Amino acid sequence: MRAKALSRLLFAVGVITWVVLLFTDISVVFSTKRNLPAEVPTWLPGVILNLYLIALYYYYKLKIDRDDQLNFLDLLWRVFATGLVATVISLVLRLIEYLLGATTLTGNIVYIEVTYLINLGLMTSFLLAAFTAWKRLILYQKSKWLLRLWAFFEYALLVSLLYNSYIFPRADWLFNTAFGFFIVVGLVLSGNLKWVAFLNFRQKWTSLLLLLLTIFYLGYSFYTNNSLVLSVSGPELGFVDHRGHVFVQSLMVFVTVYSSFAFLVIFFNLPTTSVFEQKLEEVVNFQRISQSIQTEQSEESVYNILLETSVSSVFADAAWFEIKINEHDHRVFTYRISEREASDIISHLKSHHVTGVLDQSTDKTKNLSKHLSSLKGSRFRSILAFPIFVKGENLGTLALLKELPDGFNKEMTKIVSTFANQAGISIENFRLLEEALQSERYKEELKIAKTVQKSLLPQMLEKDGQFEIAAFSESADEVGGDYYDTLRISPEETSLIIADVSGKGTTAAFHMSQMKGIFHSLAQNCIEPDEFMVKANRALVYCLERGSFISASFFLVNTQNKKVRYARAGHCPVLYYTAATDRSDYLKDKGVALGMVRNNSYSNFIEAKEFSYAPGDIMVLYTDGITEAKSVRGEEFGYERLAEVLMQVKTLSPVEIQDHLINKLYEFSGTKNINDDYTTMIIKFSN
Amino acid sequence: MVQIKRLQEDGVDIITPIGEIDASSSIELDLTIAKSVGEGFTKILVDCSALEYISSAGLGVFMSYIDEFKDKNLKMVLFAMSEKVANTFEILGLYELLTITKDKVEAKKLVQ
Repeated sequence: MRAKALSRLLFAVGVITWVVLLFTDISVVFSTKRNLPAEVPTWLPGVILNLYLIALYYYYKLKIDRDDQLNFLDLLWRVFATGLVATVISLVLRLIEYLLGATTLTGNIVYIEVTYLINLGLMTSFLLAAFTAWKRLILYQKSKWLLRLWAFFEYALLVSLLYNSYIFPRADWLFNTAFGFFIVVGLVLSGNLKWVAFLNFRQKWTSLLLLLLTIFYLGYSFYTNNSLVLSVSGPELGFVDHRGHVFVQSLMVFVTVYSSFAFLVIFFNLPTTSVFEQKLEEVVNFQRISQSIQTEQSEESVYNILLETSVSSVFADAAWFEIKINEHDHRVFTYRISEREASDIISHLKSHHVTGVLDQSTDKTKNLSKHLSSLKGSRFRSILAFPIFVKGENLGTLALLKELPDGFNKEMTKIVSTFANQAGISIENFRLLEEALQSERYKEELKIAKTVQKSLLPQMLEKDGQFEIAAFSESADEVGGDYYDTLRISPEETSLIIADVSGKGTTAAFHMSQMKGIFHSLAQNCIEPDEFMVKANRALVYCLERGSFISASFFLVNTQNKKVRYARAGHCPVLYYTAATDRSDYLKDKGVALGMVRNNSYSNFIEAKEFSYAPGDIMVLYTDGITEAKSVRGEEFGYERLAEVLMQVKTLSPVEIQDHLINKLYEFSGTKNINDDYTTMIIKFSN
Repeated sequence: MVQIKRLQEDGVDIITPIGEIDASSSIELDLTIAKSVGEGFTKILVDCSALEYISSAGLGVFMSYIDEFKDKNLKMVLFAMSEKVANTFEILGLYELLTITKDKVEAKKLVQ
């Protein structure tokens, strides 16, 4: 807002100074005409003109600085528009003069003075508009040196205003030196036309037109101002001639020279525009191909973009991309050519023992056009092929075709080679990205599996007046296969299970869910522990793959006769604390894990056992994650340590025992991230 | 990590895993046994003296060959296990399914 207000203010100052200039000039004319002593000093008009110029100069400077979005054509257009307005106004004045004819008014010195000042005002404003616009163009690609030179030029021009503000004895040598100096610097600066290269063909034509008209306006305004001064030359004393203004003249020369240079350079650049545009397109294509990996859904679309972009870069008529799937299998992606045609050409080249397209052992670009001429019925007369490498491995061949003979020059060969390299990188990046996504998906799957696994464990454990149960399970980063559960069968009978599925991940979680199903369906019927194992084994053999197994222990607690019957199928032996003897022991007995024996002989490998419990007895069920947990030194937690830990807290409740055990385990391993699943279920018997 | 060596003695293929067999290295053990069978050996000994640890996946490998060996009448004997490794085999009940002996002499006697 401030800038806007400031530019308005400057414009107002410009208008006011112009009006003041008009009056001072007229007063000078009048006083001279009547031979009166001048009411204003003779140097005043010069100073006022300078004020006008400065106000206008800053007005245009501010106006152009405020807008950084201007492109080259906008700048040229602004200059052209200013020139157009100036010229139209000047022409209207001429028309009025023509219509009035030769009257006393048109011959009046005051009238001429007014016309002259209007024209002068228009011309200087046009020149300043052009000057600020050219500044933007010249400094488009600036160097330190150029910036300094320009600043010097600009300030020197402003300083030169002083020359006209004071009544120096009018010295031609000084004027000529300053003028000559500004012309030289202006010429040096006019060499900066780098922006021209960035115009496309259309823009160049528009620029030429705009520049031509700008030059015309310059010529016209120069001519008008000169002729006006000349028309009153000599006799009319007191007419203030502003022609000898070094600032305005230098500006005129500079603006004209730069406009002409720009016009000529653009004109001579016209024929080479297409080359520059093509280069630009190559850059855009490269960018496209690199970006494609982020946006494209499949490798196939990356190939398609590669084809499209390479074809447009070298003006080829068609292309194909042959990728090696394995030693014998190839797949061809085509662009503006049928797969049949492509395979015809491939087999033709193959039959002529041409290396390069099919024999991918060579890494040189091959121009195979001469071999193509012997293929009848093909519309293509030029072919260029290049291998594409991904991580040093040949992925396939890119072939470009043209209907013209000798259609590919050296430059194009180079482009295709760069393209093929870039494509290799792009494809590699795309594959890496795919891999990353795949692993991300896998992680997501694991997360789901982990949630499923957690939900398979019971929320509530059976409780009884005679025993209390606490359970804890934690799995490693991956999904584990530890399982425990309880099921009340009758008021006096409860079954318990703890199981460990071999392996990890989603399959383990899957098998665990099967185990849960088996437990809940079999245990309901008050089944004997060994029978449970035999039936579970039979059921699991069908779903466990070879090499997978489940270790499990099944318990049937009878609170009526205070007995526990159990079977162990390859699971870690139960740690049992007998309160009466104050001893803890591992219940070792035979039993093969589920899924290991795949025939009916399994019943020979399992046995049921029975013991009586007494109040204060503790049964610790656990998985091998506990006993195999390692310390920093590589030592295992082991069975003895587990028994020791139990003895330390034998009098506490199951939950307290469990907390103590877990704390001891973390203390031992020095971390809470034990690299395995670990589960405990602690049962304490009471009255 | 595991390193597996193979040595042929009097028509007996002796496989020696050195180090630890976990889920990832069990594949290597599986490949070695499969190779030995593929080469036509009918008597395979597994020297467990340098085996420091075996996970359930590693045990699964031995287990998966039990039926195949029975069908093809091949013989496999494991020997010289450390107490810790032996305990792992024992808990899972593999002592009942596999032939495990104290030393090589005994193992050879069993397969001959």
